[in-house]
Amino acid sequence: MSSATALSWFARHEIRLAWREWLAMMTGGRGKRKRAVIALIVFAAVMHLPAYAVIGRFADLQLPLGKPELIVITATIFLAWALMLSQAIESVTRVFYARADLDLIMSSPANLANVFSVRIAAIALSVTSMALLLSTPFVDVLVIGGGARWLSAFGVVIAIGLSAAAFAIAITVLLFRLIGPSRTRLVAQILAAIIGAGFVIALQVAAILSYGTLSRFAVLTSDATAAYAPAPDSPLWWPARAAIGDGVVLSWLMAGGLVLLGFVMAVFSPKFADTVVNASSIATVRSGTATTSFRGGSRQQALRWKEFMLLRRDPWLVSQSLMQLLYLVPPALMLWQSFSESSDAIVLITPVIVMAAGQLAGGLAWLTISGEDAADLVATAPLPPSRVIRAKVEVVLIVIGVIFAPLVAALAFASVMQAAVTTLGIIIATVSAAAIQLWFRVQAKRSQFRRRQTSSRLATFAEAFCSIGWAATAALAISIPLAAVISGAITAAILAATWKISPRRE
Amino acid sequence: MTLDVSALEVRGLTKRFDRPAVDALDLTVRAGEFYALLGPNGAGKTTTLRMVAGLLRPDAGSVTISGIDALADPVAAKQIMAWVSDEPMIYDKLTPLEYLEFVAGLWGIAPAVSGPSAQQLLVSLGLEPHLHERCEGFSKGMRQKVALAGALVHDPKLIILDEPLTGLDALSARHVKGLLQERVRAGCTVIMTTHILEVAERMADRIGVIAAGRLVAEGTLAELRQQNGRNDTSLEDMFIALVDTDAAAA
Repeated sequence: MSSATALSWFARHEIRLAWREWLAMMTGGRGKRKRAVIALIVFAAVMHLPAYAVIGRFADLQLPLGKPELIVITATIFLAWALMLSQAIESVTRVFYARADLDLIMSSPANLANVFSVRIAAIALSVTSMALLLSTPFVDVLVIGGGARWLSAFGVVIAIGLSAAAFAIAITVLLFRLIGPSRTRLVAQILAAIIGAGFVIALQVAAILSYGTLSRFAVLTSDATAAYAPAPDSPLWWPARAAIGDGVVLSWLMAGGLVLLGFVMAVFSPKFADTVVNASSIATVRSGTATTSFRGGSRQQALRWKEFMLLRRDPWLVSQSLMQLLYLVPPALMLWQSFSESSDAIVLITPVIVMAAGQLAGGLAWLTISGEDAADLVATAPLPPSRVIRAKVEVVLIVIGVIFAPLVAALAFASVMQAAVTTLGIIIATVSAAAIQLWFRVQAKRSQFRRRQTSSRLATFAEAFCSIGWAATAALAISIPLAAVISGAITAAILAATWKISPRRE
Repeated sequence: MTLDVSALEVRGLTKRFDRPAVDALDLTVRAGEFYALLGPNGAGKTTTLRMVAGLLRPDAGSVTISGIDALADPVAAKQIMAWVSDEPMIYDKLTPLEYLEFVAGLWGIAPAVSGPSAQQLLVSLGLEPHLHERCEGFSKGMRQKVALAGALVHDPKLIILDEPLTGLDALSARHVKGLLQERVRAGCTVIMTTHILEVAERMADRIGVIAAGRLVAEGTLAELRQQNGRNDTSLEDMFIALVDTDAAAA
């Protein structure tokens, strides 16, 4: 087989793997391809509505643009880039640590530099394809409202997808060199998780500190930001200009993305093999507590101790779960601000806290209830299954309590009534999320946490709807109590319907 | 050895998936006995043992462990029983000692008893240098030894092991076999499935051969030879003959 044939064969292999992985993610591993494609088309069609609401008003924009428009579009593109970077870092980390596959490749007589070049290209392709897919409803809305010139936005998506993949590879390899293989996985995954959210949260924090509002557009469209922004002919605005139909700038951007990716492939592909060998050759021996005497207590206490210990010792899982808490930073800041100046905006804190509690509880409940690495051991232990479940749910409630108690206590200083409503909302959202996980529980390894949403789409949607529903109910309870009754009843009905159609356990 | 009370009595045990996995199985294992359950892949060995351990609900039949009806009172039955599967059930983020502490806690063993016992077990299995290391970096053999120590830390009367020697090196396998024989000498009952017929031949007091969910032969090695009509036959030859005959009959 010639070198070119071997490369194209490996490229096909990579694309097939990426496609099947994506399909498995979409179908929860159940391989219902036709249904997944139909669901995707329906989802894409439905997405046109929110896309219109968010972006429809920009469709009439014409070149040359003013600074505020340039800032908003550039910030939106940067947010998309940050999310793509996050996804690409995650993919690169997986490539480094997918040992079974790498052992086969590394033990083959293939030219490793070429093979890894193909793999880098495959990462870039999958990141870009996903971005194109997600951006389609938004670009469609712009094209329908503002004309074909907006089609160039697809080119911008491709350009930033290529550059995001290039940056992700460079960041991951540099992390290997700086902090070693053992820490890179954790740091890269945390980095991937916070990069996307970080930008939005930073804008919100800036908005709160400057304008006392959660709206990030307040900062982006402010005179102060416009004053600091460079002139409209600056290369900083190229992505915005390219998106709106500037063909020359678009060509430059796409060429830049390709050159950047090519450069990264040329520099890092030959060293990829060394990096992988380093990752697999360093044994990580991590110690636990040097206990010599065992602690006493009931069987449920033993279970709770185990759950706390496992949560505490898995920083990646903790970071994945606590990621949702990042969104609490802006409301917490708002709360802190409200102590000095009375503001009605503080009402917004309650739904944010309740929703975060529901989401976090869902993740924790999955980890404790479904993510049991020694399911047979626990099942053969001499205690009834109901007590096992109770101990595990207690862990979820305790963790949620510990995390949210300080926020609620701080809220009580501002408004006792609001703190009470928030507490009630947190409890109900937590119990709902835990109940949904309980009804839909499937035995899984904790390491499958990343894919927990795909095991039951119904559970995922129910969990999200209930979190949002209870958050809205809590917010309405403070402002319009009668509406809260209706919202609460609707959410309770959703929960009841979820129970009705769940594979109920005895 | 006390051989007058049954450690395990299975009557008419039945489980169907797409086809009958276990078909009205009757099985008696005496207390203090080392019983090897043999059979080809898919014969129903693991399904049988998982039903005995309370991990799978039978469609029909009864399971009695040391006089306790395991289906009516599973908690009492589990209290005196341990289950070890071929895939070690341990937590990567716990050390062997912490794992044993958790298991002892689940079985409600007093720390004053379980602490020293755990330490002793792990040392006897050659894990002393790794007592305080997390299991995440352990080999399959080390993980299997930790799982076995977990099964023994609560001093069960009945130990059920499904292919416990899979993936173990010769030294580790000898450690495990030695520990199991020691337990049997102390009055414990061991039921083990294995594909390594030599292990069954050398360690088991009695051997049961299961095929298509039914017990097709049972007895000591000598009794099996007698049933087979040839005193010089190896267990391997007898096993193949039994399984082949059963497959042909099916």
